[in-house]
Amino acid sequence: MSDSAIRCDALARAFGEVDAVNGVDLDIGGGEIYGFLGPNGAGKSTTVRMLCTLLAPTSGRASVAGFDVVEQPGAVRLRIGVALQEAALDPRQTGTELLLLQGRLYGLSRADARRRVDELGELIDLSDALNRRIGTYSGGMKRRLDLVAALIHNPEILFLDEPTTGLDPASRAVVWEEVRRLNAELGMTIFLTTQYLEEADVLADRVGIIDHGRIVAEGTPAELKRSIGTDMIVARVDTDAPLVKAAVEPVAGVLGVEAHGNELFISTEDGPATISGVAVALSQCGVPIRDLTLRTPTLDDVFLELTGSHILYGGNHEEAA
Amino acid sequence: MLSTLTTTAPAKPIERSQVRARPAGFVADVVAIAGRALRAVPRDLESVMPPVFISLFFFLVNIGTLQHLTERNIPNFDFTAFMMPTAILLGVTGVSRAPALVIDVQDGYFDRLLLTPVRRFAILLGHLCADVTVAAALTVPILLVGFVLGVRFESGPVGVLVFILIAALWSLAFSGFGYAVALKTGNPGAVNSMFLLFFPFLFLTTSYVPKNQLSGWLHAVAAWNPVTYLLEGLRSLVTVGWSASDLGAALLAVVIVGALSMTLCFAALRGRIRRG
Repeated sequence: MSDSAIRCDALARAFGEVDAVNGVDLDIGGGEIYGFLGPNGAGKSTTVRMLCTLLAPTSGRASVAGFDVVEQPGAVRLRIGVALQEAALDPRQTGTELLLLQGRLYGLSRADARRRVDELGELIDLSDALNRRIGTYSGGMKRRLDLVAALIHNPEILFLDEPTTGLDPASRAVVWEEVRRLNAELGMTIFLTTQYLEEADVLADRVGIIDHGRIVAEGTPAELKRSIGTDMIVARVDTDAPLVKAAVEPVAGVLGVEAHGNELFISTEDGPATISGVAVALSQCGVPIRDLTLRTPTLDDVFLELTGSHILYGGNHEEAA
Repeated sequence: MLSTLTTTAPAKPIERSQVRARPAGFVADVVAIAGRALRAVPRDLESVMPPVFISLFFFLVNIGTLQHLTERNIPNFDFTAFMMPTAILLGVTGVSRAPALVIDVQDGYFDRLLLTPVRRFAILLGHLCADVTVAAALTVPILLVGFVLGVRFESGPVGVLVFILIAALWSLAFSGFGYAVALKTGNPGAVNSMFLLFFPFLFLTTSYVPKNQLSGWLHAVAAWNPVTYLLEGLRSLVTVGWSASDLGAALLAVVIVGALSMTLCFAALRGRIRRG
């Protein structure tokens, strides 16, 4: 047994020639919300499937709740709850039938299963719908039912694989609130994959950024953002930004520059002091500036700095120069 | 942002549950999975009604078409009693929850089952148990029509039960092929194409006339078809009484086909689990 709720050492999974996950190391403590952030195809879901015992690693090791996912998958399954990327539900059953079956498969007595259905149905605000066939549920209701199904056996660790993808903002906020409460009130460890920067920023105690199957950065959202400077200057110019990147790099106070389309992303420790120098440098090389803004860095800026790409929602990378 | 989107009513604190997960046990797993599969049957009647309708239809049409011809030419031949096992096999062969399992794979519900501590084989076994129950139930309307048409069992009421049991076991043996394809491919089209296997099994045999009436090549093929022995065993319960050799051959045919199909479907299950 280790003290970590989730631990991976050089975890890898290949599909033929493709390395979907390529040497991931993780150490997640009990009671933590860990955000696993990356674009589509980065390896998030493959990592989750290995941690949840659905997929065997090609190499490396992983333990969940102190149990090896390959050697002791049964012990892992008893301690985790999982809501996969697509709500894994049977549309022909009613919500109650699905949850009672789920409870029975986890060894709950009929009475315990029934009690958990009542408790959780109320918690997730689904009580009124539970006696209806799941096929009649909205997308948000299906996500919430999937979450209840993951919680029916009172797991120690909850895996949420892109729990809000495809949800409207209001439903997304409801899921966020439920995740926070489960963590704050029950001390549940939550491993959350997401392609939404805001979601990772708002919910996660720590964030791991994954790209092409490797973790490229890890830390609290604040640490990650601080790592690229305390301020971000964004200059939109009337030309290809990569052509004028070199003009801005020598400006005093500039820590780094990423060019993407017709935008320059300039990280700096002191935005107000640096912005005028940037404006002058662009002006001197004859580049018309459409607008120049100063803001604090986002996790997308961190991703851009580390990988040279933006994270696009629902798509893959958008390559930067 | 969150505070602007969530409701303002204070949420009730979450109660810390004392519930702890544990393995439910193999039998409980099988019962739970079979229960779910059986609950789905009345909601999915289109999967069980057509086979019964088709078998009853051909039962009646074949009697209307061939009864006089066969009974005139074959001494002491009762065509209705002869056809009833054919009709039963037509009704129960290929009836299974394999298409529903494909939908489970596609919907991700199969993954949800695999995430629980349920024994992997119990998932398949639960479906198979449900199939046996459904197949046994499907024989009843065809038997009733047979009784109405004057068929009587020489083996008596116990013979009727043995007849139902053997037919259901055959259905189980054949359904293993459907599950193998379902788990191997996850493709509903491939599962539905299993009816192609159904034809040689069910028609290159003594479906319509006794073995000694079959022409040369079909006689030879029928001798190798396990359904020939299955039909003879079932017919023996109707027309002969208790014939150990006929029943033994029928059960052996079911066991051979079942061993093959179950080997394939459990291998397909292991393969799907391994592929993740």
